[in-house]
Amino acid sequence: MHLKYEAQIREPLVDGDKDYHQVSEDICRPIEVKPSRLWYIGFFISIALLLFGVWSIYDQVVYGVGQWNLNKTVGWGWDITNFVWWIGIGHAGTLISAILLLFRQGWRTGVNRAAEAMTIFAVICAGQFPIWHMGRVWLAFFIMPYPNSRGPVWVNFNSPLLWDVFAVSTYFTVSLLFWYTGLLPDLALIRDRAKTKFRKFFYGITSFGWTGSTKHWQRHEALSLVLAGLATPLVLSVHTIVSFDFATSVIPGWHTTIFPPYFVAGAIFSGFAMVQTLLLILRRVFNLQDYITLGHIEAMNKVIVLTGSIVGIAYLTELFIAFYSQNQYEAYAFFYTRANLFSPYGWAYYGMMTCNVLSPQIFWFRKMRRNIYVTFFMSIIVNIGMWFERFVIIATSIFRDYLPSSWSIYYSPSIFEIGFYVGTFGLFFTCFFLFSKYFPVIAIAEIKHVLKTSGQNYKEQVGGIELQKVEEFAGEYAH
Amino acid sequence: MAKKKFVVGSFKEESVLFPAVKAVRKAGYKIHDVFTPYAVHGLDHEMGLRETSIHTAGFIYGITGTATALGCISWILVQDWPLNIGGKPHFALPAWIPITFELTVLFSAVGMTMTFCYLCQLAPFVKKHHFVLRSTDDTFAMVIDAGKSNSQEIIAFLEAQGAVDVHEQFAETGWWFGTYNKEQQLYKDTTVDIA
Repeated sequence: MHLKYEAQIREPLVDGDKDYHQVSEDICRPIEVKPSRLWYIGFFISIALLLFGVWSIYDQVVYGVGQWNLNKTVGWGWDITNFVWWIGIGHAGTLISAILLLFRQGWRTGVNRAAEAMTIFAVICAGQFPIWHMGRVWLAFFIMPYPNSRGPVWVNFNSPLLWDVFAVSTYFTVSLLFWYTGLLPDLALIRDRAKTKFRKFFYGITSFGWTGSTKHWQRHEALSLVLAGLATPLVLSVHTIVSFDFATSVIPGWHTTIFPPYFVAGAIFSGFAMVQTLLLILRRVFNLQDYITLGHIEAMNKVIVLTGSIVGIAYLTELFIAFYSQNQYEAYAFFYTRANLFSPYGWAYYGMMTCNVLSPQIFWFRKMRRNIYVTFFMSIIVNIGMWFERFVIIATSIFRDYLPSSWSIYYSPSIFEIGFYVGTFGLFFTCFFLFSKYFPVIAIAEIKHVLKTSGQNYKEQVGGIELQKVEEFAGEYAH
Repeated sequence: MAKKKFVVGSFKEESVLFPAVKAVRKAGYKIHDVFTPYAVHGLDHEMGLRETSIHTAGFIYGITGTATALGCISWILVQDWPLNIGGKPHFALPAWIPITFELTVLFSAVGMTMTFCYLCQLAPFVKKHHFVLRSTDDTFAMVIDAGKSNSQEIIAFLEAQGAVDVHEQFAETGWWFGTYNKEQQLYKDTTVDIA
């Protein structure tokens, strides 16, 4: 008996002959055995990248933001590009965990934990850029409104940059709470299975004394549902507000009303690509092919082709509106600097168009959506494309100001800007490697919840019963 | 709270558990709790638990956030430090909507999670008695408050309902500070035998 029924023609969400205990065994195994050599290699490469980033930031803090190649018109360069890129990546995690929960998409259970972790680490990485760009980073607390002895002088609540502070910090907090409350039951499972003293101690503390009481589960379900309901408008608001950083200014190429939906779609697009990159590696390294099935990968590829096409339409709409407005500055931004292969940044625009709009169209084909190698390759391409998008928006709009006397020379990053960006990769992957070693990468309790309706072996049983019933029916009534 | 007497029965299947819960309640035994490895939908209704009000708490926290944001921003930008920005009104409500929204969500999410942790007594270093260790893995553990009644009778009843590994436990129901790598109890057993 189960309270939910799922159609037999739907693909199973969990492959293989599993019962509850087998699910626990499969997902806890990476935590309970020594990490493989690949894990160590990956972890130390990440640490090395992270140290490169630390060195770049150290130099920047000691000598000032002048270490970056920013100049009089390009006041924002790689730093804001990378900020927007990382924040965008985070969006897929919340989409999977919150929006798909509200839409009752069963396949989210296999991927939500890792995707939410990715969200949290991506937001941490994103936050680094505006913080260190402040230059005098020890005064970073000035962005918080608090009564002070300088007037009191308050932050400007009418500024999109301050909205960003609130949006990103709220987003981080809510994502963290959502992720951790979901983790509690799984950490309790590891605690109860623990054989070593360290594991008993560590998972005993982190599982907060979770028992699995029915009343607690009832509250837990209510909490997840309301948090999902809150996180859904939140995630849309975050990238909307990030796009306001640009859209509320009067810079040609930024001053467009299409920015909020266009940014949100782009964020989900790049985020799903990053989820694919991580999960394809994860399922291989930890042998989780039964939980992250081709069906999951296909579902995510469908989201990629949808959001990629939305982004494509947004690009074309922008071009059309620039033409339709008959505004010379808009025309200059869109037709001279962007959609012109021979302008200084034309390569970036066409790189973006190829990576984001043309290449994901391959996912209209089912064979391609279910091909792991194509998916992995495309996930990298999409992330490169989305990085180009942010770079195009930022650099092409500001490297030539209204007055030719204010035109800047070609902006390219210094080694410190590159090092900072590379360093955030180090930070991201260091966090992700630690997460995959010490935390269950798949939401065990949620898999168990869908196991009896969507597990392969259970579906086959039910399918057998249904077939039998049809035959009985036919035997009685058919002539 | 001193230790109490419980009868613990394990179930491996939800399809056995649900009728058992019904039968136990009908027979008049008091179910202390059922511990499950995942959220079994409908079990709370079967056990006759009332609906949680955590949503209402979330709503109250949310409007607190809205009020805090609007109150603070309007006081700051209208009263305490009015700035003339191109002659625009000081009370610029549309520009405050993003922050108001964010604080609503923040207050609601943080408040609800803290309420959840408080109600369920969840915190780092909190330790509780776990009746069946595998109840986080693959076992549904039904715990019946035996009180002063005869445990043998309850054990027999549970076994008839399809429970396995039915036994009696003396346990504390509260929580205490401790870590799971050490054997700790809330109360030391201080009963002394008087000759």
